[in-house]
Amino acid sequence: MRRTQDTLAAVGATLGLFVLWELAVRLFKIPPFVLPAPSQALEALRPVWGAVLGHAWQTLWTTLVGFALAVGAGVLLGAAVGTSRPLNLALYPLLVGFNSVPKAALVPVLVLWFGIGTVPAILTAFLISFFPIVVNVATGLASVPPELREVLKVLGSSRFEAFTRVSVPFSLPYFFASLKVAITLAFVGTVISEIAASQKGIGYMMTSASSQFNVPLVFGGLLVIAAMGIALYGVFALLERRLVGWAYRS
Amino acid sequence: MAFIQLSNVSLRYENGYLAVEGVSLSIAQGEFVGLVGPSGCGKSTLLRVISGLRPPSSGEATVHGQPVRGPIASIGMAFQNPTLMPWRTVLQNILLPLEVSPQHKWAFRRNPQPYLEAARELMASVGLSGFENARVWELSGGMQQRASLCRALIHQPEILLLDEPFSALDAFTREELWQAMQVLYLQRRPTVVLVTHDLREAVYLCDTIHTMSSRPGRIAYTRRVEFPRPRPLELTYQDDFAHIVRELREQIGGMRTQISTLRGVGP
Repeated sequence: MRRTQDTLAAVGATLGLFVLWELAVRLFKIPPFVLPAPSQALEALRPVWGAVLGHAWQTLWTTLVGFALAVGAGVLLGAAVGTSRPLNLALYPLLVGFNSVPKAALVPVLVLWFGIGTVPAILTAFLISFFPIVVNVATGLASVPPELREVLKVLGSSRFEAFTRVSVPFSLPYFFASLKVAITLAFVGTVISEIAASQKGIGYMMTSASSQFNVPLVFGGLLVIAAMGIALYGVFALLERRLVGWAYRS
Repeated sequence: MAFIQLSNVSLRYENGYLAVEGVSLSIAQGEFVGLVGPSGCGKSTLLRVISGLRPPSSGEATVHGQPVRGPIASIGMAFQNPTLMPWRTVLQNILLPLEVSPQHKWAFRRNPQPYLEAARELMASVGLSGFENARVWELSGGMQQRASLCRALIHQPEILLLDEPFSALDAFTREELWQAMQVLYLQRRPTVVLVTHDLREAVYLCDTIHTMSSRPGRIAYTRRVEFPRPRPLELTYQDDFAHIVRELREQIGGMRTQISTLRGVGP
């Protein structure tokens, strides 16, 4: 009952926004090459449906590979930084500095190294989404209450047992929170790279549409990215509720 | 004779703070001992020395005649916070020591059934029956502390170390838990060291009470309490009980200065 209400609220708000957008475009007679109405954007997708699906698939799997790499590297680095004070002191400034570099500026370098195509897109997705995972995993591990670890220590448990029974479950909510941020960022990374240097993917589709002044198709591409982002966010939100529901009691 | 022996134990923290100095104590097997004193007098530090969480800077702690070096088997501990894990159910929390204690983990993994029954019995004796699968946050503070006591006892430790486990509870809940604690003690007869700043609690529960002075912590005064067990709660309102509480209070000091500073404040 609660769940259906929540879903209705989300769907209602989204539809409301689209209706507003549609009305605004029609009322103020905004030309489609400035801002197309959502109906025009969807309409632009229809004749090229097959190609759009192909581009969407390219963007999706590129994002997922980059994201998977980010999860792997982020968990490892986050665990190192979160459990060891010397590593924390040594690596944090580097990480922060690195994260401050605009990833869009790195794309040309990546292209130079790996050529045009999927590899720079995967790497951009990886680079942009891995920082929040590191920070959250490190924060989660570092904020385990010492009393909880003491409960195990006094029983003569090994450090490994204390880690798996206290530190890991305690920091899981931090980890899942970062996944939801990271997956949407990964899409941003992929599309940035596709826009700059690729012949496949939604980002590429949007650049080529915009070079032909097909603004409705550009917006259609944006809608496709948004839809994929929402879908994957939903997957991780669902996993989160399943696995760490205890942290979000209602 | 002495089961737990502290000989001339001093502990100085890394920041130079001398928490306890020259403490010697002997505790008999099955004895219920209280350490009372103002906050900062090193009571909890002594518990940490006995538990092996913290080696003393000088002096020695022995259990069973063996010097304590690192966490020793067969200790149960309960803290001021219930320190239950919110990702586990109440029963899973209580069973936690069995998963890691080197003495029990293999047997528990092979055949958890007898342990589950022991856990249910333990829960029943503190009034937690029916909460096995409850989540930690569904329990009141008093209930959580009961679960914490069950967890401290599930692996049948010979030594139970209690670090102010009742002090964050309201007065009525606290008295209920004293009684629950007494029931558990009489069933199992562990050796208990209770750290508290509640004198009534100490006199109600303990056989021997040591008061401590602070900065650095030293044993100031030792008092036996001979009331037969089980002790009814009404005992705490009787004169001879109140007499001991008063005697201990005077030993801890600070009463007279308070009155003199209050003079001139009244009507």
